[in-house]
Amino acid sequence: MPAADAPPHISVRDLTMAYGSFVVMHDLNFEIKRGEVFVIMGGSGCGKSTLLRHLIGLQRPAKGKVFYDNEDFTDAPEEKRLKMLQKFGVMYQGGALWSSLTLAENVALPLEEFTDLKESTVRDIVSLKLALVGLRGFEEFYPAEISGGMCKRASLARAMALDPEILFFDEPSAGLDPVSARRLDELILQLRDSLGTTVVVVTHELASIFAIADRAIFLDVSTRTTGGLGDPKDMRLHSPNENLRIFLNRGVAGVTAALDPATGAAPLPA
Amino acid sequence: MSNALAAPPEEIAAIEVTRKGGTMRLVFTGTWTIHQEKLPSAAVVRKEFSEGTPPVVLSFDLSAVKNFDSSLVTYLLKCYDLCHVTQTRFDLDSLPDGARKLLKLATAVPETTDARGGGQRRHGLFAWVGGESLEVVDEAKEIFQFIGECTIATFRFFTGRARYRWSDVWLYMQQCGSDALPIVSLISFLVGVILAYVGSITLRQYGGMIFIANLVGLAMVREMGALMSGIIMSGRTGAAFAAQLGTMKVSEETAALRTLGLSPAEFLVLPRMIALFVMFPLLTLYADFIGILGGLLVGLSMDLSYDQFMNQLMNAVDLTNFSVGMIKSFVFGLIVAVTGCLRGMQCGNSSAAVGLATTRAVVSSITCMIIADAIFAVIFNTLNM
Repeated sequence: MPAADAPPHISVRDLTMAYGSFVVMHDLNFEIKRGEVFVIMGGSGCGKSTLLRHLIGLQRPAKGKVFYDNEDFTDAPEEKRLKMLQKFGVMYQGGALWSSLTLAENVALPLEEFTDLKESTVRDIVSLKLALVGLRGFEEFYPAEISGGMCKRASLARAMALDPEILFFDEPSAGLDPVSARRLDELILQLRDSLGTTVVVVTHELASIFAIADRAIFLDVSTRTTGGLGDPKDMRLHSPNENLRIFLNRGVAGVTAALDPATGAAPLPA
Repeated sequence: MSNALAAPPEEIAAIEVTRKGGTMRLVFTGTWTIHQEKLPSAAVVRKEFSEGTPPVVLSFDLSAVKNFDSSLVTYLLKCYDLCHVTQTRFDLDSLPDGARKLLKLATAVPETTDARGGGQRRHGLFAWVGGESLEVVDEAKEIFQFIGECTIATFRFFTGRARYRWSDVWLYMQQCGSDALPIVSLISFLVGVILAYVGSITLRQYGGMIFIANLVGLAMVREMGALMSGIIMSGRTGAAFAAQLGTMKVSEETAALRTLGLSPAEFLVLPRMIALFVMFPLLTLYADFIGILGGLLVGLSMDLSYDQFMNQLMNAVDLTNFSVGMIKSFVFGLIVAVTGCLRGMQCGNSSAAVGLATTRAVVSSITCMIIADAIFAVIFNTLNM
């Protein structure tokens, strides 16, 4: 767990996101500590993935800024921006593996482009990363030849290629069966524990949220801004925001009803 | 029920309106299913509502209905909307359980009026003209941004700082070069044959059949070699580039490049431009050769000798004519590569958008090539080339 007084790894200040004149979310303010598992949650279409795209620089904020280690990312000069980008690893919703390359080539590409490692070393690292996500022996397969779940795991292997300081996940468990989803959750926690990676996850899967999140931000679609920030297990019971309590209790607003396992609310992990 | 045509009269869906003071009562009879040949329209009820004072209460009698599905609920929903306008009480309790639940479900969420995107329908001529003009401006911005990115990528290529893979360049060279040889051979051979036959119609009248060599040679080398290769390349390679880049955008593969700090303009567009820029003039040269071969064969079939034809050809086609065709081929190659990649990178986020991008790539590259060809015609004429 991160030290309480450590400086924030990522800070978002007064962020407003918009498509043209349509404001998706306004005045978002939050900080993510180093080594933390931070979840961005909210209902469908509330702008979770858009927030992620802002964090990794695929979209420019309409207002406000994103800082990494207190350094301005939004308005960083090109050279510096590229340096900062190499500290990120991103796992996209559909995997987004380069379809003309094999899995090994997909994972190797960042290494070839941004390091001076020997070819044999690259090959060893690629095998290790694929083994970490349970895809040992699939080096020579093309993305079209493996299942969607395997594509996602291969995408994680690629995201980890350069040993990034921060890993971003866009809906990691979407389209996965419950067992694979749970395994992915465990993998995320292991990566954090063994490498100290900061993890930012976009998801609406309650089981995942309660299993992995140290802290979470709730994007409230009715007010178009932060609906809650903190430990989801705590917010589930005590948040003043009713939408958030409903969300975390799977549509059941009352606290007592939520504690009843028969209502179908996700159980708290032991 | 299995045969709607032969439905007995008691199964035909019907409705009867009765009115007692402030209460209007709708009596439904028969089978209300979407397979019924004819369902009553809500106009009857609407008429009753609009004639005289609207009722205070609207109630229903469905006891005689044999079977119903969503067609009945649709009818009820129309009545519900009428009641909403006239402040009439809608007697839910007189409905059977299933119909009541469906109706409650359908009316639970009020109609959305400020839905994002869909709510921004434009109305009127001026709004339409304004919207279209703004889109033209946006499109121009996109095109300039793309050309700018390509220029930067080219600059970085010449200074040796561009990030791309040579293996990609070789692959695209093979795809747009040697793989295109069969189709280019066929088309340019036939174009040569056609030119020779068309020319022979007039030339025969003057007894100047030998000038077929001039006609075919000049037309192929100056014009048709480059233009025909251009049209084949735009349909074959330009469309493929647009589809590849568009699909990569839809599946977030270009986003994955960007977050690695790799510029799609360098990594994806540059290798394709290099490949086409190198291969296009070679293809044009090949097309010239094959087209003249086609003309030669027609000439031989019309009692010209090989030596006569070749002598005439060598006199007619000089280096100036040849360079005219070659200059064009470099420009056409660039046009096909840039429009193909541009349309691919502009692609939206759906599979329909990929199809659109492909079509637009072909249309814009052929249009641009013809325009460029016309400009060349004027320039070369002025320069006496």
